[in-house]
Amino acid sequence: MHMHKLEKIWLIVGVSCLVLFLTTIGVSAFYLGNKPPSCLTTVDPDKVDQQKPFDKPGLHKVEGKDWDYELVYVAQAFSYNPAQVKVPLGAKVKVIATTKDVIHGFEVAGTNINMMLEPGYVSEYTTTFNKAGEYLVVCNEYCGSGHHLMFSKIEVVKQ
Amino acid sequence: MAKAELKTEQKTEIEDSSSLKGTLASVFFLGLFIVITWVSVYMLFVERF
Amino acid sequence: MINSVSAKVKVDPKDAKVSMAHFYVAFIALALGGLMGLLQVLVRSGKFELPLGIGYYEILTTHGVLMGLILTTFFIMGFQYAAVSKTAGTHSNAARRAGWIGFWLMTIGTLMAAAMILTNKASVLYTFYAPLQAHWIFYLGLTLVVVGSWVDGAAQIMTYAKWRKNNPGKPSPLLTFMAVINTVMWIVATLGVASTVLFQLLPWSLGLVDRVDVLVSRTLFWYFGHPLVYFWLLPAYMAWYVVIPKVIGGKIFSDSLARLTFILFLLFSVPVGFHHQLMEPGIDPAWKFIQVILTFMVVIPSLMTAFSLFATFERYGRSKGAKGLFGWFKVLPWNDARFTVPFIGMVAFIPAGAGGIVNASNQMDQVVHNTIWVTGHFHLTVATAVLLTFLGVSYWLVPHLTGRKLTKSMNKLAIIQGWVWFIGMTFMSVAMHLEGLLGGPRRSSFSTYGNSQQALDWIPYQIAQAVGGSILFIGIILFLIIFINLAFFAPKGEEEFPVGEAENLEEKAPLVFENWKLWLGITAVLILFAYTVPFIDIIQNAPIGSKGFKTW
Ligand code: HEM
Ligand SMILES: [Cu+2]
Ligand SMILES: [Cu+2]
Repeated sequence: MHMHKLEKIWLIVGVSCLVLFLTTIGVSAFYLGNKPPSCLTTVDPDKVDQQKPFDKPGLHKVEGKDWDYELVYVAQAFSYNPAQVKVPLGAKVKVIATTKDVIHGFEVAGTNINMMLEPGYVSEYTTTFNKAGEYLVVCNEYCGSGHHLMFSKIEVVKQ
Repeated sequence: MAKAELKTEQKTEIEDSSSLKGTLASVFFLGLFIVITWVSVYMLFVERF
Repeated sequence: MINSVSAKVKVDPKDAKVSMAHFYVAFIALALGGLMGLLQVLVRSGKFELPLGIGYYEILTTHGVLMGLILTTFFIMGFQYAAVSKTAGTHSNAARRAGWIGFWLMTIGTLMAAAMILTNKASVLYTFYAPLQAHWIFYLGLTLVVVGSWVDGAAQIMTYAKWRKNNPGKPSPLLTFMAVINTVMWIVATLGVASTVLFQLLPWSLGLVDRVDVLVSRTLFWYFGHPLVYFWLLPAYMAWYVVIPKVIGGKIFSDSLARLTFILFLLFSVPVGFHHQLMEPGIDPAWKFIQVILTFMVVIPSLMTAFSLFATFERYGRSKGAKGLFGWFKVLPWNDARFTVPFIGMVAFIPAGAGGIVNASNQMDQVVHNTIWVTGHFHLTVATAVLLTFLGVSYWLVPHLTGRKLTKSMNKLAIIQGWVWFIGMTFMSVAMHLEGLLGGPRRSSFSTYGNSQQALDWIPYQIAQAVGGSILFIGIILFLIIFINLAFFAPKGEEEFPVGEAENLEEKAPLVFENWKLWLGITAVLILFAYTVPFIDIIQNAPIGSKGFKTW
């Protein structure tokens, strides 16, 4: 089997680009901590309200952790609890969410917070809310007839 | 095709009829497009929280 | 300009009937699916509401199932069946019977699924994620579609095996080889979706079991879901590699490299499903990243394809005396729909591929996951690159099968059809990509989300999508006019089934390419490597399963 010289050049260049992409995201994910949301904790989907931390949805200040706040959400068709929350600008927040029924999405529009909520699993993402403004939390996985009515709001405010 | 014409042309611009330099240029253009797209979204990712 | 004996061989009329039957269903699906697409973009513009209380998600389920599952599977099976008949010889009676059985199983399955969607018992979208619970007839219908496609595939494999037996020591005809690779990949892939439907969703929707393991089901689904998109793409590659060179009067750049790319697709298409689950809990990030690496491997055969196609074009152009770096581009046969329509598809695959690499880039998926960007992406891949190639194939294959001719005026209309699609898709897809980067979600009816400023900013893009989508719908109507003409009204005659020859005929394809034990073995090893550990993890750490929900 014969390969043209220029095709070899193309493949070397192309594959190098792919390797470069992979190295960039690999280093970013595993050394800088930018892994996609992949929490391995589970919860009983029938008893979400009774279990910590979902018994108290909302923003909570925490001490002695790598993050300043925990922002807890419980999703169900077709709403999020809390429906509105204020986060201080610059706060490092761990967003923790789960669902009581079907699969939902949890996307904070215009940010990198974007995760699937699946029954029985806890989804987490930690980030620093470093830009002020009003953000729409939108369900981006189909969950039923009211899917497009399912949202919440986050206001990032200077304090 | 006129053979004589071909011959004279070959002298002035030496271009191998089996050349694939246009192909290489095309795929490099394609590669560049991919890199630009990827880098743009990566910057968006880095810039957002 | 018919220069070899094989160019004169027609697909046997009995085989032609089987293929045409598939095409009728495929294009009925395109017509109805296109109508749904039009309604979707209109609703999403905010200027139009569905009458009679019809739900947006019922429409969207119809669109996804008809376009993503029915149109594609029926067209591909019809096309590959004809391609094998043409290049490896007429199907035996047994193989043809398999073709018909496959066709009817798929058709009955389609009708069952359609009945459930139309009665609003299955508005679960074409991915039917548990714990949304559709009526069991919906799942059974889809099962029949898959089983029917296996029987269809068996017909192709039987004829391939017969050819191998009659031609020992020779590489099989390129088109047949490619069709068989795609069929084998399809069988390997559908094992995943068949498992979740048969062992999880059917018993659960029948009430035999109470609960379903959602993550296991999704993982099995996406084990199938990514190779599904390559199952759509490979027939388009078949046309690009083998048919287009002949259409333009050039040569296949390299027979062996074409086979090698198809082998690479077989190996790397399956063990990559986690790139659809990057945002999900319950899966270890290291395993996600391993599958991301494997996903990038599957880019390589596409890089090779790009080179081969440009090389075919450039060689042809230079043989016509074209000079300079891009002189060959001008001499391509732009007035031939059989070339131009698939060519527009090839061009669409450039941004499509670029977007795909972004989607697959692990955490970068956070920017675009489940936004309308993704919809913009796959309307470039499947709904342009693949679809326009399929339509371009139909423009010669349908008259070839029905013993008619593509007339000058129909050829012209076909070229217009291609450009109309290009314009419509440019509007719709660009608007979708941009709205997606701003966070606009996919699979969503029109909403201002309580007059949120961000959502209001998305509306102009949705209006642009409605403009583009309406143009696309015109493109579908144009195609249907041409199809009906070619199937029933065009003048009788002989339309060529173009099968290209390789540039270098002395260079025989290495026989190792037909060593199925080897390739299936490596495929299995890669799948086991990518899935065994995370799958055991998923099962061992599973939470209690989910009850079924009907939230629509
Ligand atoms: C008239 C042409 C078309 C229009 C206007 C159109 C429009 C749309 C729109 C607006 C959506 C997204 C809706 C949403 O997420 O809320 C969509 C989804 C989709 N389209 Fe199309 N489309 C067209 C043709 C096609 C074709 C030809 C194919 C495939 C060959 C296709 C396959 C799909 C699939 C698989 C989905 C995903 C459905 C889902 O998310 O469940 N479309 N289409
Ligand atoms: Cu939803
Ligand atoms: Cu994929």
